[in-house]
Amino acid sequence: MHELSIVTSIVETVTESLTAYPGARVLEVRLRVGALASVVPDSLEFCYGIASEGTPLEGSRLVVNVLPVVVHCERCAQDAELDGVQSFRCPRCGELCGEIRQGRELEIESIEIDEMNKVEEIA
Amino acid sequence: MTTRIVELRRGILKKNDELAAGLRQSYSAAGVLVLNLVSSPGTGKTAFLEWTLRELKARGSRVAALVGDLETDNDARRLAASGAPVRQINTHGICHLDAEMIGKHLDGWEGVALSGLDYLFIENVGNLVCPSSYDLGEKIRVALLSVTEGEDKPLKYPTMFNSADAAVITKIDISEPCGFDRDLALRNINEIRPGIRIFETSAKTGAGMEEWLGYLAEAQKVLG
Repeated sequence: MHELSIVTSIVETVTESLTAYPGARVLEVRLRVGALASVVPDSLEFCYGIASEGTPLEGSRLVVNVLPVVVHCERCAQDAELDGVQSFRCPRCGELCGEIRQGRELEIESIEIDEMNKVEEIA
Repeated sequence: MTTRIVELRRGILKKNDELAAGLRQSYSAAGVLVLNLVSSPGTGKTAFLEWTLRELKARGSRVAALVGDLETDNDARRLAASGAPVRQINTHGICHLDAEMIGKHLDGWEGVALSGLDYLFIENVGNLVCPSSYDLGEKIRVALLSVTEGEDKPLKYPTMFNSADAAVITKIDISEPCGFDRDLALRNINEIRPGIRIFETSAKTGAGMEEWLGYLAEAQKVLG
């Protein structure tokens, strides 16, 4: 339910990063979202349209790359990727694993921008 | 059209995380143990906290609480009966507390300084989803679950239980009429957060509360 605050934060962060590219328009924003991040990709996309209105992000695509949970299994002495988040057992040996190596990410990976917009505006 | 890919690699909640890191530093400098209590609405966070504040205070500890709700100061008034300083945070529709709200309410809190406290409890908004994303700088995140809620709650809300440092089962005095399957609940919590410390409590009868207070005292001691 907090997807709107998350999306608002995305819009702010991306807008700030555009200061290096004045006048640029955003075409795409790529996110890395861990399976344990408590974020629903569909709700993010829904809120994204609203939050990006009237900003350089308006009309851009939001691409959400969901990362599975990776735990560290002490018994196998290796990392293991989990199928879901219903059980934190090593898929190889069945040991319960408390150490999370991946799955809590909530970050903006990259943006794709159109810089030509700037030239057109000046012209 | 000239397109360019710009790598950002920025945490979406970076602002909150930075504020939380600042709070964590000031808690640590003040020697106060900070706990963030999270659960569904109706689990009994407030009753559990009322009991905890009252007992800690009676035993000479310096305690205070911040309590988050969408609206009303009902919980703050209930908790204030313990004699501990309590401040209500009304989020007006926001489903979680964030580090900025905590910082603001600590700053303007008349008569309460972190350095004058042993324990600060933060009762989060009743919600098992959103508060898990927002670090408040706490040392211990406590996820509560009542016997009336169903043993599969940890499986339904794995992100919250997985991010917790301790779990508390509340209302165990009514587990029998509720048909609460204790073993199953413990197994489910452990399946989501292997090895987590679990307390089985009743704020009504005081069951399990001594063990909980012992845990708090231990955690407070290792702070300094």
